[in-house]
Amino acid sequence: MSLSHTSITALRSLLSKGEVSPVQIVDDLLAQTSQRDGEIGAFLSLDAERIRAAAAQADLSLPLGGIPIAIKDNINALDEPCTCGSKFLAENYRSPYDAGVIKKLRAGGAILFGRTNMDEFAMGSATENSALRVTQNPSAPGHIPGGSSGGSAAAVAAHFAPAALGSDTGGSIRQPASHCGIVGLKPSYGRVSRYGLVAFASSLDQIGPMTRTVEDAALLLQVMAGHDPLDSTSLPVAVDDYLGGLRDGVKGLRIGMPKEYFAEGLDPAVREATMAAVAKLEAQGASVVEISLPHTEYAVATYYIIAPAEASSNLSRFDGVRYGHRASQPADILSLYQQSREEGFGPEVKRRILLGTYVLSSGYYDAYYNKAQKVRTLIRRDFTEAFERVDVIVSPVAPSPARKMGECSNPLEDYLADVCTIPVNLAGLPAISVPLPVQGLPIGLQIIAPHLQEALLLRVAQAVESGE
Amino acid sequence: MDVRRIATLSRLELSDAEVDAFTGQLDAILGHIEQLSALDVTGIEPTAYPMPIAAPMRDDTPWQSLPQQALLQNAPDQAQQQVRVPKVVADA
Repeated sequence: MSLSHTSITALRSLLSKGEVSPVQIVDDLLAQTSQRDGEIGAFLSLDAERIRAAAAQADLSLPLGGIPIAIKDNINALDEPCTCGSKFLAENYRSPYDAGVIKKLRAGGAILFGRTNMDEFAMGSATENSALRVTQNPSAPGHIPGGSSGGSAAAVAAHFAPAALGSDTGGSIRQPASHCGIVGLKPSYGRVSRYGLVAFASSLDQIGPMTRTVEDAALLLQVMAGHDPLDSTSLPVAVDDYLGGLRDGVKGLRIGMPKEYFAEGLDPAVREATMAAVAKLEAQGASVVEISLPHTEYAVATYYIIAPAEASSNLSRFDGVRYGHRASQPADILSLYQQSREEGFGPEVKRRILLGTYVLSSGYYDAYYNKAQKVRTLIRRDFTEAFERVDVIVSPVAPSPARKMGECSNPLEDYLADVCTIPVNLAGLPAISVPLPVQGLPIGLQIIAPHLQEALLLRVAQAVESGE
Repeated sequence: MDVRRIATLSRLELSDAEVDAFTGQLDAILGHIEQLSALDVTGIEPTAYPMPIAAPMRDDTPWQSLPQQALLQNAPDQAQQQVRVPKVVADA
């Protein structure tokens, strides 16, 4: 087995025994990438010289010492590009600072390994909204990798990197992880700093790890989690030990299956794989009960008010003045804004800005935005009540496996496929996608835990991965 | 949705073709969103952030900031250590 197929945990063991060097690891990954990324399209940029220099200086005494990690191209890292998959930032932007998670990764000894493709400003679920590159699913050629963190999922699935960072606003870590057959963890809202993550919807966004094993996700979260004084929504609470109890099993745990997530329209292969995984958890000593999350049917509508509303506000910073694209011959300052934005943004970003501006506009605010915030309370309450009866919730990640590339006829169709992941962001809960043993297209199982219960989440995920 | 009016509020100079395409697409999305009107939310508090915590306050003292040059490096146009834009005031 080549180094590129090795988990972080195994690489750390080889490094600490002196059997390999960080430079050997990155050379192996760079060779893989240069051979195959022309076809896969995981990366938007990859600075081999900088990566080799960082590898040569890696401090192996640190928890991620010498481990290369790919970064979604919406997380700022000093002097690197940060295109967000958009023409708006593709021309000449270089980050003037490190994001909170990048500081933590560097302090943990990790090597930043390239910038991954994504739907423009993280708006999409197929990576087909990237203005810069096409990405295909390494586990299913001709199919989408999912999105918006599709480049990160593809990089990990194609063995270009042992791990990547993604961001998840409505499923953008979990859904591509499920489609590509890897592990993807969205932490609780407030568990990981958002400082330096280019904001899409600030009350929903969260950065998380994408890996090939559950243990690697635990290891990465251990380094990433914690309060950051530069993100006032990151919680000033202690970080649990995510590795210690990882293999404690599921005996005695109560697992809830929300009936609304198993409704008509679920692909038979997804239903079968999910039920088989649940049966295995039961065989390992968990008890399984059906539960109800009665407001699930309203989640997509609620999300498509709140997320565009926040996006329309957040993306007002892209005005052509301080950074990014500027129209060449604006007649006045208003034309500078309007033309720069018109030229720099792609169609999905424009749609969401328009939708968000509309629901916040005078006369519509109460009917849409205020209403959606109240429905969000009901969705949150559904989970609170469910967690009085069960320890964790399991469900599909997406109603179907990855569709073929280029087969989405209208935007609403892709929006509706986010029904299993969106409620989790609205409620701020931690959730993970774990790959299931299937023939054919990859399928993940979603596990959802109460707020800040990532240790429990990872323990159940480990039991699914072990699969006895 | 009056897409042209909303585009002006959004500072987007849309082409006519875009206005046509977006009108149909956004009306379909609003049609789906419309289902929320069936739900009675009387007496329900709105959620702005998923885990309501009191807005944290910090001391009002100067703190670290980025060097001027680091920020200016990304400006599309600059002069005299400042970002340059077209004239923003009308002629007298």
